[in-house]
Amino acid sequence: MSIAKKQMNAAPYAEAAAADMVTSRSFWADARGRFLKNRMAVVSVLMLVLLVLFAIFGHTIARWSYEEIDWTILGKVKTEGGPTLANGHFFGVDELGRDLYARVVQGSRTSLLVGFVAGTASVLLGSVIGASAGYFGGRFDQLVMGAYTIWISIPYIIFFVVWKAFFGRSLTQMILVIVLVNWTAGLLIVRGQVMMLKNREFVDAARMLGMSDFTIIFKHLMPNILWVIVIYTSIVIPEIIMMESLVSFLGVGIQEPNTSWGALISEGARTMTFGTLWQLAFPAAFFVVAQVSLYYIGDGLRDALDPKDR
Amino acid sequence: MSLLSIRNLNIRFRTGDDYVHAVNDVSFDIAKGQKLAVVGESGSGKSQIAMAIMGLLAPNAEASGEVLYEGQNLLALSQSQLNRIRARDISIIFQDPMSSLNPYMRIERQLGEVVVQHEGLSRRDARKRALEVMEAVQIPDARNRLTAYPHEFSGGMRQRIVIAMALICKPKLILADEPTTALDVTVQAQIMTLLDDIQRDLNTAVMLITHDLGVVAGFCEDTLVLYGGRVMEEAPTLDLFDGPGHPYTRGLLRAVPNISDATATLAAIPGSPPNQTRPPVACPFAPRCVDVRDACLEALPDLTGSRQKRACIRPVEELT
Amino acid sequence: MTAPILSVKDLKVTFAIHQGKRWPWSPARSLHAVNGVSFDLSQGKTLGIVGESGCGKSTLIRAIAGLVPPSEGQVWLDGAAIDYNNRRDMQTLRRRMQMIFQDPIASLNPRMTIRDIVAEPLIYFRPEMSAADRRNATRDMLDRVGIPERNFNRFPHEFSGGQCQRIGIARALVSAPQILLCDEPVSALDVSTQAQVINLLKDLQAEMGLTLVFVAHDLGVIRHISDDVLVMYMGGVMEKAPASHVVDAPRHPYSQALLSAVPVPDPRVKTTPQVLNGDLPSPIDLPPGCLFQSRCPKRIDACRNVRPALLGSANRQVACLLEDV
Repeated sequence: MSIAKKQMNAAPYAEAAAADMVTSRSFWADARGRFLKNRMAVVSVLMLVLLVLFAIFGHTIARWSYEEIDWTILGKVKTEGGPTLANGHFFGVDELGRDLYARVVQGSRTSLLVGFVAGTASVLLGSVIGASAGYFGGRFDQLVMGAYTIWISIPYIIFFVVWKAFFGRSLTQMILVIVLVNWTAGLLIVRGQVMMLKNREFVDAARMLGMSDFTIIFKHLMPNILWVIVIYTSIVIPEIIMMESLVSFLGVGIQEPNTSWGALISEGARTMTFGTLWQLAFPAAFFVVAQVSLYYIGDGLRDALDPKDR
Repeated sequence: MSLLSIRNLNIRFRTGDDYVHAVNDVSFDIAKGQKLAVVGESGSGKSQIAMAIMGLLAPNAEASGEVLYEGQNLLALSQSQLNRIRARDISIIFQDPMSSLNPYMRIERQLGEVVVQHEGLSRRDARKRALEVMEAVQIPDARNRLTAYPHEFSGGMRQRIVIAMALICKPKLILADEPTTALDVTVQAQIMTLLDDIQRDLNTAVMLITHDLGVVAGFCEDTLVLYGGRVMEEAPTLDLFDGPGHPYTRGLLRAVPNISDATATLAAIPGSPPNQTRPPVACPFAPRCVDVRDACLEALPDLTGSRQKRACIRPVEELT
Repeated sequence: MTAPILSVKDLKVTFAIHQGKRWPWSPARSLHAVNGVSFDLSQGKTLGIVGESGCGKSTLIRAIAGLVPPSEGQVWLDGAAIDYNNRRDMQTLRRRMQMIFQDPIASLNPRMTIRDIVAEPLIYFRPEMSAADRRNATRDMLDRVGIPERNFNRFPHEFSGGQCQRIGIARALVSAPQILLCDEPVSALDVSTQAQVINLLKDLQAEMGLTLVFVAHDLGVIRHISDDVLVMYMGGVMEKAPASHVVDAPRHPYSQALLSAVPVPDPRVKTTPQVLNGDLPSPIDLPPGCLFQSRCPKRIDACRNVRPALLGSANRQVACLLEDV
């Protein structure tokens, strides 16, 4: 047996050599493992999945539609409108005698849809602008940063009020205006990451292959900052659900009879003093569960993805 | 009696579920006024020893063994007791001068702060002392530059200021952790000459941590060679360069490209640095050693010898 | 003498400095990183470029590679002038000239396996290759630089610095270029791995007939690998000569000071480093005369006003007014 062979087989080195044969897991596989170890985050994902299932299929067990008024209860909401299984109003009825269960299902749909679609879209928009600004620098960067500074100094409520006055407030329009208001989401953080990464030598190596700037940004830079974008999206989604709720609460949100968590909470809060507490409690509970779950998921993603000590 | 005496020092770092065993059973002494070079490549644990002496180990580090300074075990001291020793008796010079300087503080303040705190000097006396050390490290126009900020100096001048800072309390031991690695050769030569002069004037002990054998040859009487967190060889520098007693030291000396002798191929050491996720059970250099024997892979060699200590089971005469 | 494979004539690089402007639209100041460098390099030879930090040596080879736009001057590849704004010229250039970098780990994309990293140049330069051929070529190249096949699916952070630099070399050479630009490829490595990489580069040079441009600040490394050496200071060439001449008998006062400062790994040799006093000139506001005048121990009055040209035989050239005397 040659000495080199013996070295490979000797006690501590044999194990090291055996470890050599393993195909390494990618960054994402590694991150998945770390995320799954985080109990709170996994439970939160389950909660969120349940919420989404509720939003999608909840209406199948509802006995009323969300816009139908139960005339038998109207006028007696305070005494007979409470949650009960008997008349099919599982969560009771709202002030106008509409089935609150059906309305919470519809509200969850709107809020989650707005949160996920508008959240993802705004972060993507912001990331693309931020990545370009960071990569190209110079005049374009100055322009973007100038626009950013001006934009964040305008209170966003103004845009909702103006938009509502001119165009209305259907679901698509709501999503559109939220994306436009939040185009700055993720911009700074992605810009910073790109500015840091573009000076790394693997970018020079890519340029030595004659790659276009577009290819370099999407093939070499984006995979390296995707983790930032993922974490940021997980933070932005609850923020946007909150934003939508706030503008609905203030009355410039989604159009009646459609509804959202914010709109339901707003109505519930208005009638709270009349003793119809369920009108506030049900939508608020869903809202809180969603926010807390999203918060823990974001936290888990941050722990799993942040390469601080890797 | 030796000034600093390190006994069976072990340092490991927790990373996730694993440990990295950075320093393994290291013992050595530094006498008063001695210049000792600690030589090693990255990952050899050389900087961590300095950090352990200064009590500056990262929070995920666990150190065991003893670091005896004038008989006191520094590893067992409280932060406030350590602070006193750190300021007055032992000081450290880092590779990057900017990491030891506060960018928002004038040089005069940074230098004076220590003596105001620890020797109770007045501001005026502290300024006088600051000027003295600035002149001692040969900063031109020192009087006018006392009120400057760190960024107003060049890299070499900043490292002089850091040395001045290390000197201001007249320490008995200076730990110089790669003090010239970030500097150009011309500046490096000046800084090493300066350190040498100061060391001679004050009779301070210096522990020079470096990877550069050229710097060691010109500066230190004694040299300690580390590999994989263990001492491979400890000897007077002259003996070590004349007749390296450990295969690793031999390899290291042959691998340096020498400007006065450009032979066709450099004698590279094959292989890669050791995996330190488990404590060594055999000679850590064995997997890369050209003179390896079965016994090398079975047990840890002891550090033996009197003048030239070496951790190798093979007799010097048999090494290639 | 054979025609040079790479010729550089009077290359200058200036950068626009936007910091410290009074208004966003004020004109930018310019930083002179490279101030007129010329050299010819024959096939199979190695040109070493040595100098201290900030002397423009890295910028020079980045400009030759087209990573930084040169502001003046001309580069010829095999006698053909290169237009750095022409896409086709640039593709030719990159096919024939590749680069390895200073930070071995940062020069590899952390999200790609090393197999994909090394295969990537083939996708761009040899699009006609089949996937299987590409796989074989990648394996052969990685095998040649000493990375065992069982590690091909690993990611860069799982390798040591020396191994990463080998992977960088494999990426640069897999498409068989003729010229390899080396931007301080060993300065981040430990002594023992540094020697491995230098030996590997020399072997590959002999096997593939490569021409090397090797930038380093370590004179020992430069002496070891170079045929000719350029000594740079503040973006200008101070001296150009065969490596042995520069090391044994430097002529320019700056080369002399630089050499005297190199530590010798022999405790019996007492070096007496020459101390350079005076400040470095600002690269934004260069002096009209010699670039080295502010620190030169042998300065004469004329140095203030006259920028000395690089003069001498084709073999050995020095940019110093004292040389004329």
